[in-house]
Amino acid sequence: MISFIGRSAVQKVITLFFVSVVSFLIIHLAPGEPSQVDPMNPKFTPEMVERFRRQFHLDKPLYAQYLLFYKDLFTGRTVSWKDNQAVLKKIWDRFLNSLPLFVVGTILTWTLSFPVGIHSAIRRGSLFDRGSTFVAYFLISIPGFFFAYLLIILVVTNFQVPVIGMQTFGMGDASPVHLVMNRIWHLLLPSILGATGGIAILSRYVRSQMLEVEGQDYIRTARAKGLPPDDVHYHHALRNALLPFVTMFGLILPGLIGGSVIIESIFSWPGMGRMAYEAILARDYPVILTVNFISAVLVLIGTFISDLLYMVVDPRIRL
Amino acid sequence: MQGRNPAPPAPENVLERPLAPQRTLWQQFWTVFRQNRLAVIGLVCFLLFFTTAVAGLLLTSGSQPVLNPAAIRLQEKLRPPFAVPNLATLRPGEVPALGIYLLGTDELGRDVFARMLQGAWVSLTVGFVAVGISIVIGIFLGGIAGYYGQNAVRLDHVLVAVLLSAGFVLLAVSPAWGAVLLLFGAIAAYGLLSGAGRTPPGRQPTVLSRFLHSKTLTIDTLIMRLVDIMLCFPTFFLILTVVALLPASIYNIMIVIGLTSWMGTTRFVRAEFLALREQDFVAAVRALGVGNLRIIFRHMMPNAVAPVLVSATLGIASAILTEAGLSFLGFGVPPPNATWGNILSDGQNFIFDAPWLTFIPGITILVVVLAFNLFGEGLRDALNPRLRER
Repeated sequence: MISFIGRSAVQKVITLFFVSVVSFLIIHLAPGEPSQVDPMNPKFTPEMVERFRRQFHLDKPLYAQYLLFYKDLFTGRTVSWKDNQAVLKKIWDRFLNSLPLFVVGTILTWTLSFPVGIHSAIRRGSLFDRGSTFVAYFLISIPGFFFAYLLIILVVTNFQVPVIGMQTFGMGDASPVHLVMNRIWHLLLPSILGATGGIAILSRYVRSQMLEVEGQDYIRTARAKGLPPDDVHYHHALRNALLPFVTMFGLILPGLIGGSVIIESIFSWPGMGRMAYEAILARDYPVILTVNFISAVLVLIGTFISDLLYMVVDPRIRL
Repeated sequence: MQGRNPAPPAPENVLERPLAPQRTLWQQFWTVFRQNRLAVIGLVCFLLFFTTAVAGLLLTSGSQPVLNPAAIRLQEKLRPPFAVPNLATLRPGEVPALGIYLLGTDELGRDVFARMLQGAWVSLTVGFVAVGISIVIGIFLGGIAGYYGQNAVRLDHVLVAVLLSAGFVLLAVSPAWGAVLLLFGAIAAYGLLSGAGRTPPGRQPTVLSRFLHSKTLTIDTLIMRLVDIMLCFPTFFLILTVVALLPASIYNIMIVIGLTSWMGTTRFVRAEFLALREQDFVAAVRALGVGNLRIIFRHMMPNAVAPVLVSATLGIASAILTEAGLSFLGFGVPPPNATWGNILSDGQNFIFDAPWLTFIPGITILVVVLAFNLFGEGLRDALNPRLRER
């Protein structure tokens, strides 16, 4: 156990190092420089460009830039090139905005896909099974922004509720009930949209896992000795079918920083995804690299947690 | 069984009649596939889409296309589907070939039907080329990791690789040092390949050569760690970053989508190869003295191709969706080419005045991607030997 943790930590640190190198190279080897973003601006004189380059170490060789960047990142002194704000604080603010979307979306995903998946596995071939299969494929196949527009039109014309943005502008002295309801309405559509893909994929996965277990010999034995069907399904089959999903708790983690770019753009939600998108548009390298780095860290921690959980849950696994 | 068999057949009959019902792999595949009605519908849509795309290419390209997707008629903008063109205001070359605007016109008066036809081909190309790139990389890396995986990378290999890559990096900073390093690297690589440093049999290897030949990592570890590294990047964000930094072009989009989606295929192919390598038929072929390349491509690859086909079909679907998403954010295929993604994202500005500009491409993408997904899943079931006999 201890040796597994040690080995895996070393491995993950090495992976992280290469990720940081690759992302740094991708960004810096691409043609164009931040100092050329605004060539038409009369304030952007050659001296300005020169000062800009010196201030952000752009005149140093590539490896020095790399070292300086990650030194700044670890000491928390990285600043955005666009507005000179500290990157970590900027990310933290946006992260707090994205968090409600993420929490509601995750709860929706995990509470809806399990009942749907288990039910359609038990009633294999029934109307419910075929219907849910088709709906799942439908949700996977529809372009996200097209679906978003359909839902917006539907909700706005039928229920007359506000959906764009985080809250309605100018609600300063409304009653708390109104404020909360307003927040909830604004939260609802984007988090449903964010959850659809997850629900579709996860419910299919639950279904196939459940079917796999239902075909095992010990299930047949349980049936043969005359256990009631519910007991077989929910006590004998379900517990084993759920094994892989315990480990998926670790894999939720990267979603924390993902924040869908498209959904946040449609709903003008000032979250992580939108910030990353704006940073890409402005060639704000520190923000892009930091977001990338944090998300890589989260992916690695997530896989680590899921490996550990696997070991704890499944006694057959010895890593 | 025994009760139902009337009488044991005469010996000569046994020899004439085939012992088991002879069905080719293709027939077995088709019997399973046919039972999945959704998958068959998917296949039909897939074929329809393919013919449409080819027809679209033929009808809308060339200097005098039958249906001109680029013809601008500002006096005819935002006409609904099935609208009859106002012939009095059009010059002879501008009249749509069908006599009506089958799917309406957009905000510049371009015929949406012609644009959709042209977009079908472009979307198809984006999907196929992107998936083609990822499949080639995936099969190559997965095959190496699965087949040669247990071979170790020796310290001298690592040194040569470090020399060469350091040379390339230095080349950008100071050409002189870079060239020197590259030269050393090239000499060392030549030495390795020609086997100059190999100890002749019967002589004790020197300390240096033993040190240089010490084993570091296996090839399998190397490739799988590469996969891990690639999986650390948030895919859509990475695609967006690269596409935004590079100059806008349809080829960049295909290449970037391809280069960021090969990890799944690599893992599948590796797993298949690891299992196949231990099978008896591979041992038999190897005992016959067949070369490695022939074993890989002639004997193992056909057995490993099923999951690759499935993930390719699903990959095309997701590439089309990714292209649509990029178009929505303004980084899609640049304007002279119409794609379904950019027709859809342009159309959303007129969603209340001209809903057909949103709904036609949106529903088309939905149907085609759905067809690809259903077909892919049907393929997965039909190619799965465990489901075949049921």
